[in-house]
Amino acid sequence: MRPYIPKDNVQAKSYYTDRYYVAPQVPKEDVSTDEVFAADLAAISAKFEVKESYLQVGQLVVYINAKDIYGVLEFMRDELKYTQLTEMSAIDWLAKDNTFEIFYQMLSMTKRKRVRVKYFIENGQAVDSVEKLFRSADWSEREMYDMFGIVANNHPFMKRILMPYDWQGHPLLKTYPLEGDEFAAWYEVDKIYGKEARDIIGPEIRDTSRVDRYDSERFARLGYEVPKGTKITGDEPKNPNPYQEEGGVFLIKKFDKESSKIVDDPQR
Amino acid sequence: MAQHKVNYTQDGGLPVALTSIDKIVNWGRSNSIWALTYGLACCGIEMMASGASRFDFDRYGTIFRASPRQADVMIVAGTLTKKHAEFIKRLYDQMTEPRWVISMGSCANTGGMFNTYSTVQGCDRIIPVDLYLPGCAPRPETLQYGVMLLQKKIRANKAGNAQKAKRLM
Repeated sequence: MRPYIPKDNVQAKSYYTDRYYVAPQVPKEDVSTDEVFAADLAAISAKFEVKESYLQVGQLVVYINAKDIYGVLEFMRDELKYTQLTEMSAIDWLAKDNTFEIFYQMLSMTKRKRVRVKYFIENGQAVDSVEKLFRSADWSEREMYDMFGIVANNHPFMKRILMPYDWQGHPLLKTYPLEGDEFAAWYEVDKIYGKEARDIIGPEIRDTSRVDRYDSERFARLGYEVPKGTKITGDEPKNPNPYQEEGGVFLIKKFDKESSKIVDDPQR
Repeated sequence: MAQHKVNYTQDGGLPVALTSIDKIVNWGRSNSIWALTYGLACCGIEMMASGASRFDFDRYGTIFRASPRQADVMIVAGTLTKKHAEFIKRLYDQMTEPRWVISMGSCANTGGMFNTYSTVQGCDRIIPVDLYLPGCAPRPETLQYGVMLLQKKIRANKAGNAQKAKRLM
C-alpha cells in the first residue's frame, strides 16, 4: 500500500520542494576540439585573463574577471566578429557562496558560432554596463536590475523595467516567495485605497480550489445564486437564469423555438 | 382622403405604444450598452471575436468605445497585473454613471492560474463587479449571454432613481 499523505492543504504547498536543486550537467569538452573556438580563445587569453574555458553543447564558455567585461566584449565584437549580444542576465548563487553569476550570450553571424562569456560577482557588487557596445544590453541590464537588484554602472537609465517603479524586492531571487511577500500582497490596496483599507478589502484568497458555500456575493454558488447578504441554510432552490424575463420584454420579441420555421427550400 | 396619407384605422393601428418611464429608459439603456475597449490578455481576443461579424455584438447595441467617458460597461477581459491595478481604478472612475463591470474569465475573476506575486487576485479587489463570467477564455457566446444577463439586470432596476453608489468601500 502507498503511504497516506494528507491532502487537505495540497493547493497551498509548492509543487517543487527543493528550491536549490542543481540540475545534472551536460558533459564539457576541451576547447582544442574546435579550431575556430580554439583560435578565438587564444586571441582572448592573449589580452585578458581567462579563468576557465570549455565547450558545452557546441558552444564556447569563457570565464573572465568582472573588471574585464567591457574590454572583452569590445574585443570580441570588433576583432572576433561576435557582433550580436543575444541575451544577458544573472544566476542567483547566493545560497551556495553569496555570489551572482553574470552571463553574456554572443552570436557571430559570419562564423555561425555562439560564445557565452561569464563571470562571478559578490552580492552587492555592481557590474560594468555594456550598453555602449550593444543596444540590446539596455533593457537586459534593466531587467537584471529589476529581477536581481544588480546595478550596472554607466547605464543611461538604470530603473526597473517589468515591475512598477515603486516596487520593493527583486522577484527572481531564489529567496523571493512565488506568491509574493507582504509588500506584494498588499501592493494594489495600499497604493489605491491606502493602508487603512486593508481590513475592509481583506487578504488575497490564494487557494484556487476554495469554495465558500456561505458566500452570497461572489460566484461560489453557481446555479444556486441568492440575493446579496442572504443567510445560507443549505436548501436553496436551483436558480435557472434565463437571459430574459418570463413575461417578455418591452418592444423586444423573444425567440420562440416552437413557432419558428426551418426553411429548407434551396430556391427560397 | 389623399393617397399619401396613412389610414391608421385600417393599416395596423396607430404607431403608438403605451409604457412607463422606467421601461422606456431601461429599454434605451439596456439596448445601447457601449463597452470600453479593454482587452488585457487572451480574453481580449474572444472579446474582439464577439464584436466581429460572426458573433456580431452590434445586434445588442453593444459598440466598443475607445474612451471610458463614452462607455457604460467595462469588460475586464484578461489578467490584471498589480502594475496595471491603479489604471483600472482610474478608468473606472472616469466612466459616467450608470456604469457596470463584467469580469471576464478566470484571471479577472480570481487571478486564475497566475497564483503569483504580480497578479491581482480578482479584479473585485479594485472595482465593484456586476457579473462574473467563468471560462479560460470564455467563448464569445458566454460573453453575449453575459451581456444579455446584464440587460436583464438593468431592466430590473428603477430608472428614475440615481444609481446607488457602487463603491468597494
